[in-house]
Formats: sequence, C-alpha cells, structure tokens
Amino acid sequence: MSVATADTDLGRERLHQHRRRRLLHAALLSVSLAYLAVLLLAPLAGILWVAFRHGFADIAQTLAQPDVRHAFLLTAIIAVITLVVTTVFGVIVAWVLARQRFRGKSLLNALVDLPLAVSPVTVGLMAVLLFGRGGWFEPWFSAQGIQVIFALPSMIMVTIFICIPFVIREVAPVLEELGTSEEDAARTLGASSTHSFRRVTLPNIRWGLLYGIALTTARAIGEIGAVLIVSGSLQGQTETATLYIYRALEERQTASAYVVALSLAAVSVLLLGTIEFFKRRASRKDGS
Amino acid sequence: MATAAQAIPHTKRTLTGARVGTLFRRWGLRGTAIVYLVAAIAVPAFAVVSQGFGDGMASLKSAMDTAGAWEALRLTLATSAAAAVINAIFGTLLAYILVRYRFRGRGLLSAIVDLPFAIPTLVTGVMLVALYGPASPVGQALQDAGIKVVFAQLGILLALLVITLPFTVRTVQPVLLELDTAEEEAAQTLGATHWRTFHSIVFPALRPAITAGALLTFARCLGEFGSVVIISGNITGRTLTAPVFIFQLAMSFKPQEAAAVATVLFALSFVLVLVTTRLTRLPTEVL
Amino acid sequence: MSRSGSIRVEGLYKRFGDFVAVDDVTFTAEEGSITALLGPSGSGKSTVLRMIAGLEEPTAGKIFMEGEEHTYKSVQERRVGFVFQHYALFRHMTVRDNIAFGLSVRKEPKEFQKKRVEELLELVQLGPFRDRYPDQLSGGQRQRVALARALAPKPRVLLLDEPFGALDARVRQELRRWLDELHRELGVTSLLVTHDQEEAMELANTVVVMHEGAVEQVGTPAEIYDHPATAFVAGFVGAANVLAGHVAEGHIQFGDDRVAGAGHLEEGVAAQAFVRPHDVRLAGSTPHEGSVVAVVDRVSRLGWLSQLTLHLPDGQQLIAQVPKDETEGIVEGVKVVVDLRNAKAFPAEAQPEHAEAAV
Repeated sequence: MSVATADTDLGRERLHQHRRRRLLHAALLSVSLAYLAVLLLAPLAGILWVAFRHGFADIAQTLAQPDVRHAFLLTAIIAVITLVVTTVFGVIVAWVLARQRFRGKSLLNALVDLPLAVSPVTVGLMAVLLFGRGGWFEPWFSAQGIQVIFALPSMIMVTIFICIPFVIREVAPVLEELGTSEEDAARTLGASSTHSFRRVTLPNIRWGLLYGIALTTARAIGEIGAVLIVSGSLQGQTETATLYIYRALEERQTASAYVVALSLAAVSVLLLGTIEFFKRRASRKDGS
Repeated sequence: MATAAQAIPHTKRTLTGARVGTLFRRWGLRGTAIVYLVAAIAVPAFAVVSQGFGDGMASLKSAMDTAGAWEALRLTLATSAAAAVINAIFGTLLAYILVRYRFRGRGLLSAIVDLPFAIPTLVTGVMLVALYGPASPVGQALQDAGIKVVFAQLGILLALLVITLPFTVRTVQPVLLELDTAEEEAAQTLGATHWRTFHSIVFPALRPAITAGALLTFARCLGEFGSVVIISGNITGRTLTAPVFIFQLAMSFKPQEAAAVATVLFALSFVLVLVTTRLTRLPTEVL
Repeated sequence: MSRSGSIRVEGLYKRFGDFVAVDDVTFTAEEGSITALLGPSGSGKSTVLRMIAGLEEPTAGKIFMEGEEHTYKSVQERRVGFVFQHYALFRHMTVRDNIAFGLSVRKEPKEFQKKRVEELLELVQLGPFRDRYPDQLSGGQRQRVALARALAPKPRVLLLDEPFGALDARVRQELRRWLDELHRELGVTSLLVTHDQEEAMELANTVVVMHEGAVEQVGTPAEIYDHPATAFVAGFVGAANVLAGHVAEGHIQFGDDRVAGAGHLEEGVAAQAFVRPHDVRLAGSTPHEGSVVAVVDRVSRLGWLSQLTLHLPDGQQLIAQVPKDETEGIVEGVKVVVDLRNAKAFPAEAQPEHAEAAV
C-alpha cells in the first residue's frame, strides 16, 4: 500500500485539490452565515441587548403590568379561537378537496390560496367594509346590539381569514397520498365514518395536522396589520400583544415595547422548535 | 294493497338506508366546506372589489390623486422586485449548502432559516430598528458612514429580505434533494469544471424552482405591513409603501379609495400565488 | 484513431469509515482489450471503476493509465469515457447537445463539433433522434446515446458501470452484441463492471473476479471457467455441484464414495469438490474405479439435453446435464452409475452464492 504524502508531487497535488475544495466550501458557508447574521441573528441579539439593558427587574415589572398581561391574554384568546375554527373547518375542507371530485373544485382550491395573497391591511379593510359604519352587515348586527368592529369579534374574524390556508394546505396533500384503503378496510370491519375517522384517519394525518396548527398559531399571534384597523386600539380592552407594542412605540415607551417584543420573540423561537419538530415528523412519514 | 306495498320495499330501503347516509355525509361535508370558504373568503374578497370599483374607476383615480400615491406604488414594486432578486440568489446559495454540504450545526441552520415563519412581522421591524437604528452602536456607525437604514428605503428592503428569507430556500431545497448526482458526475468525466457543471446541469434543473421562489417573494412583499410600518417611518413620497398607504386611506375614512388600491395590489399577488403554487405544488408555509 | 491506453491498478484500497470496500486490488487491462470486473453486488467492483475514473479517491494504492500515474488527478484531467448504469443523460439537453457536451467543454470549433456528433450518431444508429430529449427515448436508445457521448471526445479509456443492468433481457442481449462489434471496430481499452457472468464471458478478453472487495482471480474466460483458483470462482462462474467431504489420500471422501483431485490439499481437512453438471457423465451399468452410484430423483427433458436430479448414498444432491439420447429408459427411482470428471477441490470455507446448478 502506498499513500501519497506531502513530500511527493502527487501528494502535493492531492492536498492542493483538497484545499481548493475546502476553500470553496468555507467561502460559500461564510457568505451564507453573513447573510443570516445581518438579517436575523444580529437583530435578535440587538433586541436582547436593548431589553436587558434595563435589567431583569424592569423586565419583570413590565410584564407584570395589567395592560401587558391583558394584551397577552387577548392574544391567547384570539389565537385559541382561530386555531379551533381553522382546524375543524380546515380538516373538513382538506377532506373534501382530497377525497371528492366535483365541478368547481379548482375554484375552491383557488379560494383557499386567496388569503395568502392578501395584505393584512386589506383584510382589515374587508372587515370595515362588511361590519363598519355603512357596511353590508352592519345594520343587522347593530340591531342585535352586537358590536363587531372595534371589538373582539372582528379581531377574531380577520385572524381567522388570514390563517385559513395553513391547516388545509398541510393536511390535504397528506390525505391524498394516504389514499382510502385503510378507511375502506375499517368500513368493511363495521366502523362508522366518524369511528373510522377518529381511529384511522386522524392518527395518519397527525403530524401534518400538528404542523399546520403550529403555523396557524405563529401567524395568529403575530398578526398586526388587520387587527390594527379593526381594533380601535382601546388600551386594556381590545389590545393584543402586537397592538400593545405598536401603541407603546408610538407613545415613545420604547422600553416596554421592547420587553413585550422580546417576549413574543421568545415565544416564536419556542414555537419554531415545535414547528420544526412537527415538520420533520410530517415529512418522515411519507418516506422522504 | 298489501302486494303493492311489498312490490316497492327494495327501492325504499336503499333510499332510506345506507345511501341516504352517505349522500348526506358527502354533501353535508362538501356543503360545509363550500359555505365556510365562500362566507369566510369569497364574500369579504368580493366586498373589497365591489366597493373599490363599484363606481368605476372614480375611487381609484381619487386614491391615486392623493399625495404620495404613485410613489408608494412604485416604491412597493421596486423594493419587492429587489427583494425577489436578492432572495433568489441567496436562497439558492443557502439551499445548496444545506443540501450538498456536511457541517456541524447544519440542522440548526435549517431551523434558523425557518425563523421568519414564526416571528411576528412587527417584532421583525422592532428587532431591525433595535440593531440598525440610531440608538444602537451599530446603527450609529452606519450613520456615520453615510448609510441610513431606519426611516430609509434600505430599511424597507432589509425588512422584506428578513420576512421572505425562507422562500426560495424552501422551493429549491426539494428539487436539489431529488437531483441525481450521476448527471453531474457524467459532466465531470467529460471534462466540465465545477462551475461549468453547475451552470449547464444543475442550474437549468433549479430554474423553475428559483423562479417560483422569486415570484412568491415578490407577491409576499407587495402586501407586507407589520415590519415596514415600524422601520420605514412612512414618510410620504419617500418611504411610504402601498400597504401603509392603504392603511392610511382606511384610517381616514376613505374606505372605497383604500379598497380600490387594495384590489389592484391583491389581484397582482393572487395571480402570482396561483401560478406559482400550481407550478410547484408548494405547501402553504412559504407564505 | 486515438491511441488507446492500458490501465494498471496496484494495491488499490478504499475504506468508508469502518467498512473496507476495496482491499488490495491489483490488475492490468491491456491496451485495446475489454476487461470485465465480475462479481456479486457489494464486491467493490463499481468502487474500483469509480476510483479509476476519479469519481472516488483511493485510501491507498496507485492507478496508472498509459504508464502515467493518475492516482490523484482530477476527473476532468483523466479524459476517461464513463457510461453509467442509469445513463445519466443531461435531461435538459437534446441528444445532439448531450453528445457534443464533452467537445463543447473543450471548446472545439462548432463545425468540428457538428461533424463529430453526426459521426457518432451514425455509429450508434440514432441519426433521426438527434433533436429528441432523453425522456423521449427508450432505455436501449438512451444507453446508446450515453455511449456516444462518452466516445465523442475520443477518450483513451472507456469505463462502463453495469451499462446494461437497467435494461430488460432482450435489449441487454442486443446491446451486448452491439458493444462487442463496436469494440472490435474502435479498439478502445474498455473496463466493464458487471455481475452477469454470461456477459463477462461473452465480451471480455480478461476477467477479474471480485468478491468482498478482493480479487479472487484474474484470467481469460476459459481459464476462469476451467481452472478456477478459489472456491468462490468455482461456484460463481458457471454452474457447479458442490459436494462436501474431507480429504483422504488425495481424494475427497463423502460417505463411501470419493472423487479425485484433492492432491494439493492437506490430509483429513474438510473440503468441497466442485463438479460441473455436464461433467457428471453416465458411465454404463456397472460401478468401477472412480464412479459413484446415485438414485434418480427427477428427470427434466429440456430440448436437446436432459437434466437429472440425483442423490448420492450419503444424501447429497447432484445435478447432471446429459445429451437426451443417453437418457433413454431413465426414470425416477432408477439407480445410475456416474463419473465425476474435472472435479475442483478446495478447502471448505464460505459457501459461494451460485452453488446450485441451473439450466
């Protein structure tokens, strides 16, 4: 066995080639890391630095304020309701799209993609046009004494609109790929549709569904544009966490704004962890 | 009489039996899906379009006559296009190293790339201001060097790049994963250099995915609000973008004008989204 | 006509982590010949080929082409023609552009490229397909394009990695014959990796039999077949009966019978005798020196020959292939006397994969 060492011509050639390749690798890696650093990592560090400049005590104090706590609570309420609605109806739509064939299905498909193309301010505008003064549905609601705009109902509605596609677009392809064979087998064994759905279908779409739910949650928590228009921004009443930050920045309470922003950033990093987890499980399932 | 009743039972049973059950279930589900989507999406969308163009082009004209309107539109289109191009280049690079290179922390890098899906856009804006604004040492240094990020167009571009960071990466990655390296090896045996191989063999295969990523980036940037409203300063005629402009119209009780501009923007985005998601069969997360 | 070079490989060794894929492989492929690297999957033959091409780097060992050392040269510098099992045609290019690629990389003038492409299209008989894309071609056509593409830049050496493995049997036969003719015409030194021993025997001047990363034997097809050097080669190349026994006075003893040919083995050692089915000859009706008595279990008449499945007194099975006429009157249960000719004896070791005789 002969191995080329550095003091042979060929050995040098081999090392030279290796070095060139490694240099290229290193260069491309550095450029990529620099890009990520400038856009994401450094700003994350920046917000950490600003928030902590005021010390831990201040952070705890800010987070204990009733306004802040109410804002977080409202964000959570909206997120949960959005989650439930978009998941339940999302699974139904995904099922219909994946399992049924009918005229106009492509139209329905396009509708599902529509919210992805709409700016959040436009969504807020939609709510105003429907439920605001002079809106299409306003008379009926005010006759019932229900306040929609500048109140929680409209905030929930716009968040739902924006989050509709996520669960559907994660679950539908999984359903398509799974096919009906397992459900058919369950039926021949006497299972009712709901039974087969619960015991056969649901476990199979589990990871795709959870992934869609995680994405929905992240999006719902982060919504600002639409809720800004429909909320009326009544401090302590119709203010979500994001609205709190917006108002705090406007009123130059930068410290509290940063603390709340940092909290949301921390929540999103945690959420990212679950998103990645579900995403990996979901893609592993279909053998990729 | 008895025989007549006995003559019918077969049909009667099938109608009232299982078939009715499945029929109802099928239409029940489909009906629910249709009502849900129409009520939740189609009706609001229709509201905007009809309010915006209910009286022909009058609302649109009036909107565009407002100070800063054209500049806002142009700024949005320009920054979105720039972001799309930059994102295409760096996204391809990131996808390439994530797929082809082995290094410690690769999984972490992949997760970081997904971060913009999880972070609220508003927080992105705040983060960028925290680091590149005049209050931070980095921001100060940049300002001394003559580079203004916050309350400037550069800031808008930066925000858009952060928001859309994962897009092209995620469209290109699956294509790269499926690529058969045998073609590249064949090119090498025929004498092609690394660069020539990439250019003649790999890039043509990636082109549709890169284009899809760029188009989706563009569509997403057209409507971006949360981060831009924080970092741009919204200076009319200079750093005011179309979505913020629509926001201002809406808040100043000019809903029809807002609707008109909003419709134009969303029509453009919608077409792009439809085209690219059909072409690449991409899951939603990208938007 | 380009000068075709010889290939010499010395002590080639490749390790992937803990796994040794190629273990001390040495052989020479003469100028202008076809050499086959024959072995089952996992024997390391493809890895050897890829190292010669430069697609893998050897852990140790040397590679020479035309007397010059190429061990650490880049793929591009080696100027080898390589044909992949799954064609690896450039799917975004037409047949014409695929074939021209090696020339365009070398920046040959356009006119020359055109001419050369036409030459090759004619050679592989795919002229009318010049503007088609790979996905519009059949498997056999794609492989011909791959060959044309590899030959276009007049490589000194042609390396083929199981080129017909992905094709169905009939196409495989056709292309095998066609490659043979092509080689006669062009005379490029070729190295062919295959697991199909028929292919190796039919096409190659020299066969290198590989097993678990090591070379078992290097020789002409006749040498490999008639004089296998190891038990593996005896069992892998051609059909063979394997009789287990032990060495006694230069014979292999199994039960009360024995067969000659173990003179080179140590007395008393457990051993195997390999006998080809056509070397099991019917020898009259009376037992004599060197013959064994066996009982017929099954008679299969296969056209011009008959296959007899026999079992010996100690229970071991024997398969004999004899001309049809000799088997008049032989039916199940009948006792026959057979001679076992040309038995090859080896010490008993790992069982080779293809020990069962097959038609």
